[in-house]
Amino acid sequence: MKQAGAVLSVKNITKRFGGLVAVSNMSFDVAEHEMVGIIGPNGSGKTTMINMISGVFAPTDGRISLRGRLISDAAPQIIAREGVGRTFQLVRLLPGLSVLENVMAGAVYGHKRRWGREAEDFAHSVLERVGMDAMSHAPVSSLTYIDQKRVELARTLAGEPKVLLLDEWLAGLNPTELETGIELIHNLRNEGRTIVMVEHVMDAIRSLCDRCVVMSSGAKIADGTTDDVLSDQDVIRAYLGDDDA
Amino acid sequence: MLDILVSGLLVSGTYALVAMGLNLQYGVARIMNLANGEVLVLGALAAFWLYTTAQISPILTVILVIPVAFIGNWLIYRFLLTPLVRRSKSQGALEVDSILATFGMSFIFIGIMVSIEGGFFFYKYLSEPISILGSTTSLNRLVAFLLAVLIAAALYIWLHYSRPGVAVRAVSVSTEASGLVGINVPRVSALTFALGGTITAVGGALISTFITLDASIGVVFTLKALIIVIMGGVGEIRGAIVAAIILGLVETGVATLVDPGLTLAAAYFIFVIILLFRPQGLFGRRAV
Amino acid sequence: MNPATVQELIWAGVLVALAAFWPMMSNGYWLGIGVDVMMYTALATSWMLFSGPTHYISLASAAFFGVGGFVVGSGMSDYDASFWSMLALSAVIGGVLAALIGLATLRLSGVYFVIFTLGLAEMIRNLVSWVQNNFLGSRGLYVLTEFTDAHLYWMLLLTAGCVYLLGWIISRSRLGFALRIIGGDETVARHVGINTAMAKVILFTTTGVFGAIVGAIIAPRWSYIEPNQVFSPQLSFFVVIMALLGGSGRLWGPVVGVIPFLLIWNWVDSNFPNQSILVLGVAFLVIVYFLPHGFVGRIEQLRARARGR
Repeated sequence: MKQAGAVLSVKNITKRFGGLVAVSNMSFDVAEHEMVGIIGPNGSGKTTMINMISGVFAPTDGRISLRGRLISDAAPQIIAREGVGRTFQLVRLLPGLSVLENVMAGAVYGHKRRWGREAEDFAHSVLERVGMDAMSHAPVSSLTYIDQKRVELARTLAGEPKVLLLDEWLAGLNPTELETGIELIHNLRNEGRTIVMVEHVMDAIRSLCDRCVVMSSGAKIADGTTDDVLSDQDVIRAYLGDDDA
Repeated sequence: MLDILVSGLLVSGTYALVAMGLNLQYGVARIMNLANGEVLVLGALAAFWLYTTAQISPILTVILVIPVAFIGNWLIYRFLLTPLVRRSKSQGALEVDSILATFGMSFIFIGIMVSIEGGFFFYKYLSEPISILGSTTSLNRLVAFLLAVLIAAALYIWLHYSRPGVAVRAVSVSTEASGLVGINVPRVSALTFALGGTITAVGGALISTFITLDASIGVVFTLKALIIVIMGGVGEIRGAIVAAIILGLVETGVATLVDPGLTLAAAYFIFVIILLFRPQGLFGRRAV
Repeated sequence: MNPATVQELIWAGVLVALAAFWPMMSNGYWLGIGVDVMMYTALATSWMLFSGPTHYISLASAAFFGVGGFVVGSGMSDYDASFWSMLALSAVIGGVLAALIGLATLRLSGVYFVIFTLGLAEMIRNLVSWVQNNFLGSRGLYVLTEFTDAHLYWMLLLTAGCVYLLGWIISRSRLGFALRIIGGDETVARHVGINTAMAKVILFTTTGVFGAIVGAIIAPRWSYIEPNQVFSPQLSFFVVIMALLGGSGRLWGPVVGVIPFLLIWNWVDSNFPNQSILVLGVAFLVIVYFLPHGFVGRIEQLRARARGR
């Protein structure tokens, strides 16, 4: 599926770690305002894909471009400034800094470079959007897990990314927290953001994603609207094995 | 040229042994032990002192050093380093703490050694010349080399073919996973740290037969061992051996062909090349 | 390191102004101590600028210090250059050296950096001696100036003041904030768009510049420069101990560490010269086991406890 004016474009990406092929010949595009889920069984290369887009390591082969600009060989800080923001599978906050400072970290060095009062105000406004402004002067060690995740999301949003990468953002939440989390992402979607999310929570995928890319053993096995993909025989086989298909 | 080859190879035997000691401590017990060189010099001091006061052969001292060094290093790990391991929140914090703590220990060792013997540890043992492949060297170098090779081989076999050896290697790969499969990680770490220190002290006793040391020279050996470990790759025994041979040859080559004062600069040169082009070491896997 | 306040800057200014009177109240031994205190305050504060937020332990102080002393010595005896031009040149060389070391080692984990800097002074000393013996002829290097200890004291005080001011400015800048983020989590720092290697190299370069400047200013005190003396590795350890003893949380921490350590060291060294190295060992262990956040950390802890009561 080829879209005109793709914001993020992944072309024939392959990643080898020594002899292990973690991702092989992946291609997909993400259009503006689109919300794409990357799904697949454990170990199918989803996080590796996110890591390559955000620049943790360079792909062995292939190209990734953001609005036509090649980013696949750039360092993470360059990619971040170009406008790719990400969260981490295991939430990563800055322990010595307050909640507000954590979010300012995202605002100060992103592709819009704010500083001082302006950065502080902007951080407050982002915290408000994720419902955390009341806690802005708390130390991060006092936060609950969902709140930590919200602060991390706020930090990423503060960089005003053109593409937001969420790496299993909903994992590890209890049922009530999960509801809050899904609603939060739903709001982001309604704001018209471009989001790529790796996720295992199927309910979330169904209610949030316009489109899904399915990976299995490092390769793409399906790409289409969420409903189509989730009823695809190959996809079911990849998840459940041959016997149940 | 042949001279360089022979003496370079002979010295690399003990280098490899000492680097193995450090490698065990850093690779398994996760302690960057910067007092390693001083432990080596302590072993050398024991050999020197027992030989000059009681005429005990350094070979016998090697055997005597083993239990003393093992218990000593075990106590250091148990009582000084374990609290640091417990309180550290991350590998980075542990590294900073252990670097500072082992620096402290190294200065205390130097202070103790200076008060025992302030001068050079000079003695003659098996210093008659022998000829290998037409190149003249001294017997003590050959004996030290052979003993080092013997001990290193024994260690290699133990690590690869014995049950406790496998546990040690498992901890070096992942402390968490090792804990999950029922390995007593703190115990293995303490014993490995003690073993590493013992090997280093033994190496020191061997080196003292052919190089004259003094109380404050430890840091030079710490640096050499560190360069070998990094060049070979952390946790890699084969790598350490190859790296030790390279360092031994380069040092001897520079000392004979250019200037003995530049051996350290030569070692540094190799170090920089490794850092720039292969920071994971010659045999190390790239960390992901 | 939290952003420093204007109030702190004013206090520092008052302190510097008061310290300037020291040479008028003392001479001989106590003025010599004053020179040492200023020298180590400048070195330890600039060390802290880099190591405080990044947690990299640099043992390169002696190398930069030695380069400064050696450049002044060599320039003044071999090329008849003036002290001031050599002072400027040593700052440049110290900075370039630091930048090169930083570029080679700061991309990697902290352990590599410690190891590299551990023997750096020793290696430069070997190289310098070799070059001197083989190419320059082993003539001695004389630094003959009109400076008295009081002059050196004021120059070092000025340098220490400049280091503090620079640190104050950095701690309130984007760079300072970036360093705090790097100290917290380097991966996060990169993913919010910080060029982490660049930030570290810039800070390490300032350490190199100031190390060389201090070495250059001290050179006239010795009048005769010998590589073994200016590249003494002990100086690097002194700087680390003093900075950590003071505490890494605050810009003024090092001053609190420099004075007690120097006094203890001088006392032990004059009474038990053979045991003085034990002081270094004990100081390291005290820092690790009893004062992990230095005197400053302890003071703030006590203050917090008093307030909590």
